[in-house]
Amino acid sequence: MSGFLDTVIYTATTLLKIVLVMVPLILSVAYLTLAERRVIGSMQTRIGPNRVGPFGLFQPFADVFKLLVKEVIVPTNASRFLFLTAPVLSLAPALAAWAVIPFFDGGAIADVNAGLLYVLAMTSIGVYGVIIAGWASNSKYAFLGAMRSAAQIVAYEIAMGFALIGVLMLAGSLNLSEIVRGQSGGFFHWYLIPLFPLAVVYFISGVAETNRAPFDVAEGESEIVAGFHVDYSGMAFALFFLAEYANMIMIAALTAILFLGGWMSPIDGVGDGIWWFLGKTAFVLFLFLWLRATFPRYRYDQIMRLGWKVFIPVTIVWIAVVGFAIWFEIGPWFQQRA
Amino acid sequence: MPEIRNYTLNFGPQHPAAHGVLRLVLEMDGEVVERADPHIGLLHRGTEKLAESKPYNQTIGYMDRLDYVSMMCNEHGYVMAIEKLLGVEVPVRAQYIRVMFDEITRILNHLMWLGAHGLDIGAMSMFLYCFREREDLMDCYEAVSGARLHATYYRPGGVARDLPDRMPQYEANRFRSAAQVKKQNAAREGSMLDFIEDFTNRFPGCVDEYETLLTDNRIWKQRTVGIGVVSPERALQLGFTGPMLRGSNTEWDLRKTEPYEVYDQLDFDIPVGINGDSYDRYLVRVEEMRQSNRIIKQCIDWLRVNSGPVLTEDHKVAPPRRSEMKGDMEALIHHFKLFTEGFSLPEGESYAAVEHPKGEFGCYLISDGANKPYRLKVRAAGFAHLAALDEMARGHMLSDVVALIGTQDIVFGEVDR
Repeated sequence: MSGFLDTVIYTATTLLKIVLVMVPLILSVAYLTLAERRVIGSMQTRIGPNRVGPFGLFQPFADVFKLLVKEVIVPTNASRFLFLTAPVLSLAPALAAWAVIPFFDGGAIADVNAGLLYVLAMTSIGVYGVIIAGWASNSKYAFLGAMRSAAQIVAYEIAMGFALIGVLMLAGSLNLSEIVRGQSGGFFHWYLIPLFPLAVVYFISGVAETNRAPFDVAEGESEIVAGFHVDYSGMAFALFFLAEYANMIMIAALTAILFLGGWMSPIDGVGDGIWWFLGKTAFVLFLFLWLRATFPRYRYDQIMRLGWKVFIPVTIVWIAVVGFAIWFEIGPWFQQRA
Repeated sequence: MPEIRNYTLNFGPQHPAAHGVLRLVLEMDGEVVERADPHIGLLHRGTEKLAESKPYNQTIGYMDRLDYVSMMCNEHGYVMAIEKLLGVEVPVRAQYIRVMFDEITRILNHLMWLGAHGLDIGAMSMFLYCFREREDLMDCYEAVSGARLHATYYRPGGVARDLPDRMPQYEANRFRSAAQVKKQNAAREGSMLDFIEDFTNRFPGCVDEYETLLTDNRIWKQRTVGIGVVSPERALQLGFTGPMLRGSNTEWDLRKTEPYEVYDQLDFDIPVGINGDSYDRYLVRVEEMRQSNRIIKQCIDWLRVNSGPVLTEDHKVAPPRRSEMKGDMEALIHHFKLFTEGFSLPEGESYAAVEHPKGEFGCYLISDGANKPYRLKVRAAGFAHLAALDEMARGHMLSDVVALIGTQDIVFGEVDR
């Protein structure tokens, strides 16, 4: 009987944890859209939304409400089942990946040992949503967007994977909490410094994987109109939007965990905690927005070139460098810690 | 094995990069464009035919609506064709005002182009930065003619009225505090010339800002260098004019080669590209903005010290002053005749062309002696450029087509007429 009770309690606490993660996550997605519009607005010498509520703080809710009451139009020639499945396929992995993110020491829903692999798998699955959406719409523009996205994901997934191998080698673990603990000891122990090239490659690949400017060829506003979600409306469209922003926060959070020491304070032992994690994530998110306001869009073949001919060689070389450094136990970063 | 075929993609007329109503039928091999077939006419308003049923002076307003981002230059070509046939003298002050507004218009047009071109290639901020400066020039249009876009300011024999002595000012309201308004009005305290001078002092810095964002930007260069290369010979054969021709290393500018108004007395340079690609055309246009700024400065200096009439005293062509009409029978008759049946041009034909921001804008006028043209033909630069889109786009990718439409600086008002 007590076994049954344990199961119930375990399930209940897990569900509670999921709610505790998901609700703030959805809220931060909503407010990320507002932050994006306000931040880019001020970068572009305009104001951004400030009419709905104080400082426009209710704008995200107004947007959600509008999208909720709009009709989801399914084009006549579209494959109805796939068309409606695609947004879900896009959003579900984006949310599921959050299960292993450690917000603070011991603060993950599931502190699994293969956390990094799980995250990689989940973020990669998201592209199926994009491809299926483009395919099911039965529109040339959407199809072009889907094809671009598929090619892009292949190129950048590899670079991203290689960038993570460096982290793996230093931390000696796939567990995200272990990786953060491996960076303890203040700013100079963060993996950002020994793995700087990999951190840059990882972040840029992350921007590319989330289809954000300047790598937003899959949506390519001015080229293929909206790319894979050109035929979507209402809540179906909103789900894609939600997934994109959830992925953005995901990549930012991962950058914070893998390279910026997660919940660790830059000064050793001074006030470690979730606020550091959130602050670092917010900073990386700001970089996303900054990039978008600054750069023109790459052409599709140029993205491929950057991925295959620049990032992958850079990561391979740096993995070799790290390998040597660890083998010979060079310098402050590569010595084996007991 | 199924046969692999090319497919056609309908690009526009409802497309964010269609610059209005361009419809392109693209034959694509994957992402590569095999053939681009522009379909035009969706903005056709029959301007040339309309002109045949209206007195000459009532068509000026239609000219604004041809290339609706460089309004006064269109008017200029039209009134010059009339003046040529009529043999009417334009006062020097009016000539300077025209040149000044031609160059203001050039900056207006190039800012619009730079913003739209940037937006097409994905540099969204450019659009807003350009429009910030454009707003000030729009205010100049409004101050001098009462309209921000369709000015109808140039008239046969001069311009409608002299430059105003004061600029309109902002007023405080619940969205705009008094301190804010004071800042916004800082340059508007004096005359219109003061306002423009303030702009010309500020503007080179703004162009520097645009250039820091784009000129050495790797992505911008990757997207424009080597895209849509046109050789100088081919550019001439295709009938290119303006920055499109100058980008292809051909020194041809009507302001230098066939000076009209007072351009021969002003000091300015003609920038020329080397490779004939989109990047060179970008550099040419950016430099043209700087040169236009220089011309405007010289015009301001001249206009400050030289006063005089701005419209011809020949009241068969230009209306008499309001005060004269109150006491003078003849003036009243002139006014009545001018605003009912206009004026007649002697039998004959004339062609007048100006260096429009987009290229050579010309009006070919045939008169049978009546008060309406027998035929008016407008030579729009964009038409010839668009005709070359197929040649320029072949073998490039879909994203490059967007960049090419941008680099051609197409406006459908003048292409479709």
